[in-house]
Amino acid sequence: MSSTLLSGNEAVARGAWEAGASVGVGYPGTPSTQALEVFARMEGVYAEWAPNEKVALEVAAGASMGGARALVTMKHVGMNVAADPLFTLAYTGVGAGLVIFVADDPGMHSSQNEQDSRNWGPFARVPVLEPADSSEALEFTRAAFEISERFDIPVIVRSTTRLSHSKGVVDLTRDRISTEPREYLKDIGKWVMMPAMARARREALDERVRQMSEFAEDSQLNRIEMRDPTLGIVASGVCYQYVREALPDASVFKLGISFPVPEKALAAFAAQVDRLVVVEEADAYLASKLRSLGLDPEPVGLPAAGELSPGIIASALGAEAPATRNSVSGLPPRPPLMCPGCPHRGAYNALRKVKAIVTGDIGCYTLGALAPLASMDSCVCMGASIGMAHGMRLAGQGSDRPVAAVIGDSTFAHSGITGLIDLAYNGSDALVCILDNRITAMTGHQQNPVSGMTLQGRPTTEIDLEALCRSVGVRRVRTVDPHDLAAAEQAVREEVAADELSVIIFRAPCALLIKDKEQPFAVDEESCTACGLCIRLGCPAISKEQDGKARIDTTICVGCGDCVQVCRFSAIELTGPACDIGGV
Amino acid sequence: MAVQTVTVMLAGVGGQGTILAADVLAKTAVAAGLDVKLSEVHGMAQRGGSVDTVVRFGQSVASPITDHGCADHLVAFEMIEAARQLPYVKPGGRLLVNSRTIDPLPVLIGDLASPAGVEEALVAEGAIFIDAEELACEAGSPKSANIVLLGALSTGLEFSLDLWTEVIGGRVPPATVEFNLRAFELGRRACGEGGACLL
Repeated sequence: MSSTLLSGNEAVARGAWEAGASVGVGYPGTPSTQALEVFARMEGVYAEWAPNEKVALEVAAGASMGGARALVTMKHVGMNVAADPLFTLAYTGVGAGLVIFVADDPGMHSSQNEQDSRNWGPFARVPVLEPADSSEALEFTRAAFEISERFDIPVIVRSTTRLSHSKGVVDLTRDRISTEPREYLKDIGKWVMMPAMARARREALDERVRQMSEFAEDSQLNRIEMRDPTLGIVASGVCYQYVREALPDASVFKLGISFPVPEKALAAFAAQVDRLVVVEEADAYLASKLRSLGLDPEPVGLPAAGELSPGIIASALGAEAPATRNSVSGLPPRPPLMCPGCPHRGAYNALRKVKAIVTGDIGCYTLGALAPLASMDSCVCMGASIGMAHGMRLAGQGSDRPVAAVIGDSTFAHSGITGLIDLAYNGSDALVCILDNRITAMTGHQQNPVSGMTLQGRPTTEIDLEALCRSVGVRRVRTVDPHDLAAAEQAVREEVAADELSVIIFRAPCALLIKDKEQPFAVDEESCTACGLCIRLGCPAISKEQDGKARIDTTICVGCGDCVQVCRFSAIELTGPACDIGGV
Repeated sequence: MAVQTVTVMLAGVGGQGTILAADVLAKTAVAAGLDVKLSEVHGMAQRGGSVDTVVRFGQSVASPITDHGCADHLVAFEMIEAARQLPYVKPGGRLLVNSRTIDPLPVLIGDLASPAGVEEALVAEGAIFIDAEELACEAGSPKSANIVLLGALSTGLEFSLDLWTEVIGGRVPPATVEFNLRAFELGRRACGEGGACLL
């Protein structure tokens, strides 16, 4: 037996591997990404990044139908994309076990919204398991494959940021179980969901949910911890850990299966305690369920939005907050920023020059909304930039300020292509900018269909973006190096002036992909006139000094030369190799 | 060994090596036979934003995160982040601060002033200052500043030097073991008996 520190994500990967899953498919998304990355490195598995979560689930569904246990991974918003196959896969059921790992992000550390993926349980009628730490993440994922096959149903394992990105001690005691694929037997009543068959499968699904409800009543994945009966808490996932920390004496009904809930066991627990309180993040999912069962949990005023913590729970239940140190006021915020040498900066510099209204998308380049670039007007969901640019034009925008969409290479492959087809098909004259930095950068450099490499490091074909755009009917397609600021600006000026749809592909690799940095630049104090033009690029290597002049931190400058091009006074020049260790 | 759960918060800026330092600390606690939880946030934080990591260890640890007034140790890799996370430190908790400031973008571009009085406020709260970059350079590489800070932290924890040495040796890239162990020792000396940072 060996005790190892594993994150929730790593433990999910291990659990799937132990369960004999041989196929893993997903789309990167914080906080879920490492689960598939770790799975992909395990022995005897095939794993791939799909272009989006819908495709990922469909690939896994096929693998399951064909007899191989399959793991699908995504973040909460990815489940919206995968919802179409999900609902019908509940009807068809599975071949071999099919487990969907979905990670929610309460508090929105790296997301555009909060969603509570437990709701997919009753919505799609699929079981939802909620591990509360790394050890359970392994156990529950393993169990999820068993449940999937036993009840012929895809199973959701739901995580949150604090489970996915927290590490805990896990005992690795077991090996992988046999991975012999199941036999495929043709069965159109089960797999062909046209109305006549689907009606029968709907009845069968209701019966399977009934059986799963019975299973949940006795399952060891749920646990009653009776302590002081004056206070009984119902909690699941990491909230259980917060409750144990905040209220060590309270009795707890720890739910490991949040759909279907064990109704009888919950009623029995409620009858044993004086006060019944639900502690949960994101949605009042369990509280609503308990109310529908007539159990009437006591509202204690926990916040609906954001994350909980032991302290928040303790104060909601009347504990005094601990004494703290004095806080320091007036601290500047530290927003994330585009790296030195980031190629997105050149694209925004050009769009800013034409005062474009920019519909944005999801990726590092979303940071272009922040000062000093401040060049993005919207960010909604993967792929939204393109359709929204068209919609802005339909609303009459674009006569005094041009309308442009900005989308990254991976996001374009995820769900930008269909938007572009719409614009071409319906004759839009918007400008679509594809920021092709050769990688899925924001989630930590995952390969994608544009990068020429697969998740498991196999060289592969890469999308020819120019040919793709032309093939859907865009006649004006051009490619420019965003580090050539003059060329980038000229391209934008010409394409916003065109009276038809255009695509500009800004192509340069993510600065973090470049291992050999160029020689850094420095500012010549004599020549610098404190005009502020280089400051407006928002490069973290450039700072504005007391006298308004610019200074370059040579330890982080990568020598991209963007600032040299905007300087009208030739005040930025090459320097010697970095010597000091930076900071001020 | 500690029966009470000990909570350590490591605060810094993306790219400073807080996550590796937290990982070494957590692995040391595991090697000492303790239950451990470590919480970190990836994603946007990696692009130069604030990065806070919490490591908690003891007989049995439930929550991976902590609250204001609950951290026994704050190891700040940068002074503005030290001030930002100060409310997490217990009265009587230990406050180790790398004497370095990294201005955030709103300050770099001149939209906001560099905050005044940060160092004074930290002094008033009993902060122990360490020039981790200088000691790291002395050890052989400025990149080991995170391990210098871990060395400084180690003087306030009950793990043996052998345990730390073993875990660091197994966690950092092989070519860097020597200077990282030297960095650890320099940080430890700076905060140990007769060390410069014990005022």
